Amino acid sequence: MAQASTTPAVSSLPAKSPYLVLIVSWLLPGAGHFLLGRRGRGAIIFVTVLAAFVLGILMRGAMFEPKTGDLLTTLIQYGGFVANLLGGLFYLLAIWLGYSEPDQAGHSHDYGAKFLVAAGLLNLLAMVDAWEIAKGTKD
Amino acid sequence: MKLSNFEMAVLFALFSSVVLGVVTKRTDRERVRYGLKCFCSFMLALFAIGWAMHFLHG
Repeated sequence: MAQASTTPAVSSLPAKSPYLVLIVSWLLPGAGHFLLGRRGRGAIIFVTVLAAFVLGILMRGAMFEPKTGDLLTTLIQYGGFVANLLGGLFYLLAIWLGYSEPDQAGHSHDYGAKFLVAAGLLNLLAMVDAWEIAKGTKD
Repeated sequence: MKLSNFEMAVLFALFSSVVLGVVTKRTDRERVRYGLKCFCSFMLALFAIGWAMHFLHG
């Protein structure tokens, strides 16, 4: 029923460049889906990624920085940095507004850092989904 | 913000399950079912790993 009610509106929208959708999706979680007419999906993704990111901030999680060391440390630091960056404007705004928590011991800070990473990775899933919809390989 | 380990794990599972359900399935019914399935799997793993750690650590 939901699928039938959304299909006519979606099919009448002009095609969007997959690259534009990908970039918009990265910058603002869920926005790529909005561009493609999938407003419900976009809203859910936006709220979920935002909630994960805000919880990470409230738990004073540290943001990863691209630091080198031994192989494992380098992988973790660079991987975490990329995952943080995938949070798009949420991450960029946090950094520009001066958010800077040191990496400290404590389960709350640990979880905070993981929530910040998870927000980025969940947005990556959303970006891939939006890309596939824009390319026409998915509904 | 101070939450217990369990509360944070539940929230993590919730967010992951919601997004996984939304992006991997085609109909709303399938999304809800898959999201619930993912959430239950996360909860099962949470308790299983918790008890395993309890017995292994002593």
